[in-house]
Amino acid sequence: MITAILTQLPVPKDIPLPLPLPEWLLIFILILSFLLHILFINLMVGGSVLTFWYEWRGRKNKDFDRLAREIAATITVNKSLAVVLGVAPLLSVNVLYTLYFYSSNALTGNIWISVVPWVAVAFLVLYLHKYSWDRLADNKPMHLGILAIGIFSFLLIPFIFLTNINLMLFPERWGEVEGFFSAMTLPNVFPRYFHFLTASMAVTGFFLAWWFGRKSFTTETKFKTLQKNEIKKQMLNLALVATGMQFIFGPLLFLTLPAKGVTWGLFWVILAGATIAGIIIYQLWIMINEVEKVPGKRFYLVLGLFTLLVAFMGTGRHMYREDALSTHKQMMAQRTAYHWEEVQKAHENLLLPQVESEAGSFTPGQNIFETNCAICHAPATRLIGPAMTEAAPVYENNIEALKQWIKNPGRKRMDFPPMAGFPHFTDKQLTDVAEYVLQKEWE
Amino acid sequence: MDFPLFHLDFMGNRMLVAVIAILHVLINHALAVGFAPLVTLLEFRGYLKSKTKPDEGKAWDETARKLMFFAFVITTSVGALTGVGIWFATSLANPASLGSLIRVFYFAWFTEWIIFVLEVVFIMIYYLTWKKSNESPRRKRQHIRFGLFLSIFSWLTMAIIVGILAFMMDPGSWIEKKSLVAGFLNPIYLPQLVFRTPVAMMMAGTVALMFVAYALKKQNKWKTNILKYISFWILLWMPVAASGAFLYYWHIPRAMVGNLPVALGTQQFQDWYGSLVTTMIVVVSIGFLVGILGTFSPRRLPKHLLIIPVAASFLFLGTFERLREFIRKPYVIGDYMYANGILVEEYPLYQQTGILKHSPYTAFSEVTKENNIKAGEAVFTLACTRCHTTHGISSVVRKFERMYGTENPLNEDAMKTYIKSMHNVRYYMPPFPGNEEELGALAAYIAAQQKRPKTLEGPQIKGVDVKEIEFETQNE
Repeated sequence: MITAILTQLPVPKDIPLPLPLPEWLLIFILILSFLLHILFINLMVGGSVLTFWYEWRGRKNKDFDRLAREIAATITVNKSLAVVLGVAPLLSVNVLYTLYFYSSNALTGNIWISVVPWVAVAFLVLYLHKYSWDRLADNKPMHLGILAIGIFSFLLIPFIFLTNINLMLFPERWGEVEGFFSAMTLPNVFPRYFHFLTASMAVTGFFLAWWFGRKSFTTETKFKTLQKNEIKKQMLNLALVATGMQFIFGPLLFLTLPAKGVTWGLFWVILAGATIAGIIIYQLWIMINEVEKVPGKRFYLVLGLFTLLVAFMGTGRHMYREDALSTHKQMMAQRTAYHWEEVQKAHENLLLPQVESEAGSFTPGQNIFETNCAICHAPATRLIGPAMTEAAPVYENNIEALKQWIKNPGRKRMDFPPMAGFPHFTDKQLTDVAEYVLQKEWE
Repeated sequence: MDFPLFHLDFMGNRMLVAVIAILHVLINHALAVGFAPLVTLLEFRGYLKSKTKPDEGKAWDETARKLMFFAFVITTSVGALTGVGIWFATSLANPASLGSLIRVFYFAWFTEWIIFVLEVVFIMIYYLTWKKSNESPRRKRQHIRFGLFLSIFSWLTMAIIVGILAFMMDPGSWIEKKSLVAGFLNPIYLPQLVFRTPVAMMMAGTVALMFVAYALKKQNKWKTNILKYISFWILLWMPVAASGAFLYYWHIPRAMVGNLPVALGTQQFQDWYGSLVTTMIVVVSIGFLVGILGTFSPRRLPKHLLIIPVAASFLFLGTFERLREFIRKPYVIGDYMYANGILVEEYPLYQQTGILKHSPYTAFSEVTKENNIKAGEAVFTLACTRCHTTHGISSVVRKFERMYGTENPLNEDAMKTYIKSMHNVRYYMPPFPGNEEELGALAAYIAAQQKRPKTLEGPQIKGVDVKEIEFETQNE
């Protein structure tokens, strides 16, 4: 590996095929489907953390154990939606950023691919946790331990995604990284991670306030003393505090973004989003003080504000990506165009008269022999197949048998590898090469 | 297209794809496409029985629900993740090819995805509302309807993906038509579908049979009848599977004659084709035997031996999936891109000027006496590692040793001559995409690897060399 002081910038050739849809449409699909995907991922991660939290508290108060179970039920659905909704952004980022995404995939490859078995096992662990609740009722430590494995996975796996999508933005660093862990410590993976984790808690709190606040959710039959309003309050508390935390992690993320992708446009978009977040905090505070009304008009107002916030942040995220890569994309396009000019020139060179490497030109039979047979059959020594001095005499007056053998060889010499056949040869080709073989003086 | 080339030097990059993809296919055939209709049918039978024999009806319903639980857990965890895993693995194994295919097939895969989303929604509704559906006959009927939707959408996802795969197998379609519809009109498409559908049904039957044999207690008085019914299901699908197999078997050589420059007759193809036929016969017969035994004498059905039809049908499907490998080689996209990720059109350039100078991820632009081995390693990475390893699965050293024997060290000149023309002799090998010097470097590298074996670590472990390449900018 070259450890140059100035890292060289790779400018790869791009895929020479058109995009399947107009670029703006692909971008729209990418951002929209990604935000849907990340919504359910948030609910899955936040949900599992909250399940643990309440099941832990549930050791003293059975109602909280019951609440934990209710939360766990939502994870089953949310996780499956999270995975299936991940396909559309995956495909879209594959199409729009092929060279960038696949390159960072390769550079973080063995940890990247571990996502597949790791998430599958995490899901199975969560199923085990959910469906063993009664059986392990008097072995809470084990039950909680099972959930802990799942949560541990959900807390670490995001690093794999974040490392990858971060590395793809910095081709100038591709020559520097040596495997996943060196890519993970590039700016600004960790700030992104904390921003994501906090968002998961906020979104989950907000969702569960609605889930447990619904008219159809009846607490009387489920809980001994726990009231609906109390549940809603705790969930909204979480949403408010977590959103408040974002005023630390958000700026941290923004300020640690490598400057190459930062523009004024990005600044205003993020600022707009942050302003909305401020309004959300205020509204959440009001909701907590009028919790019996939740979910009411104010709830749906805040839902709308959250959607707007996420739209701004999602757009900003995309803007950063585009700005970070714009120069490199230009260079890549130029390199690709130049490459295809060179390819064209190479094709034209072929039309120039060939210079035979040997004096005189080959007979057709010899030509066939040199390009098909000579690589395995040397004149007088064993190469891969037997020497011609050994093989040719077998067919001395039997050209038909030789032609048949070439076309469809059997297996005579067990200490040699089997001979590949040439069934696609025309009769003329077979005759030409067979005649050449039988007429030549092999020595 | 230039990428850092992910490489697994023991397992080989193809094996990564194969393990994930075959696992996914096994699950989606046996636990989704085939399983959903079987479970729905069992639930329906339970519903019908519950009108006159409520106890028996309940037992059938509960068995169906337990079966669905098993399928639900496995498909939404391992099934879903191996599906995504195919994207991950193929992008690592051959980014050039995936990057190109997704541009042409975006719509097809998007459509497939929409249907997947619906399938996921239906499977969640179907399983998670099961207990509630027993509250009233109307709810039960609605629930059975969901089972039907799930079955239909499951089958549709298979129908679409098989069309896409059929397209990828047919080289002509890409060059001439570059259109998706061609894939669905491909002569292999319908036979493949007519074959896969009953095979999925049968596989599901064998899995269900095994599950019921183990999960239901001996005292359960309905167990025998349920086993009988599932065996009958297997039996029913068998003639369809046999006809589908025959149709497919009849079509393969005809399709391949047009597609391959070298058709029937090559040793390996014949060996493989023979093994395919053998496996087809064995699996269908086993299914038949189990079906007969289960239908007419379910008590004699040996619980522990039921693993055999399950394993056999899985084995068959694994063999079956290799078909695409044969039809496609030496290309990964027929007539357009070779399996090494290099375009047919680019070959004259690389064979004239060498390939190293055009790659940003190799340290050298040309071969010299000092860098011969290192350059050979770079050439090996670019030209060979999509399918080969140094000493692992599909090891080049081992292949040459098998050809030339191990008495003498590998001869560089012999290997040079071989690699230069091997595409004439081994139809599945792409031509060498470099110039004479690079060929020499490659041969030297292979010879050195035999003498002193050294693992070739991929960039995911050791990073990648980067060099800048001159290209004229437009405004100069």
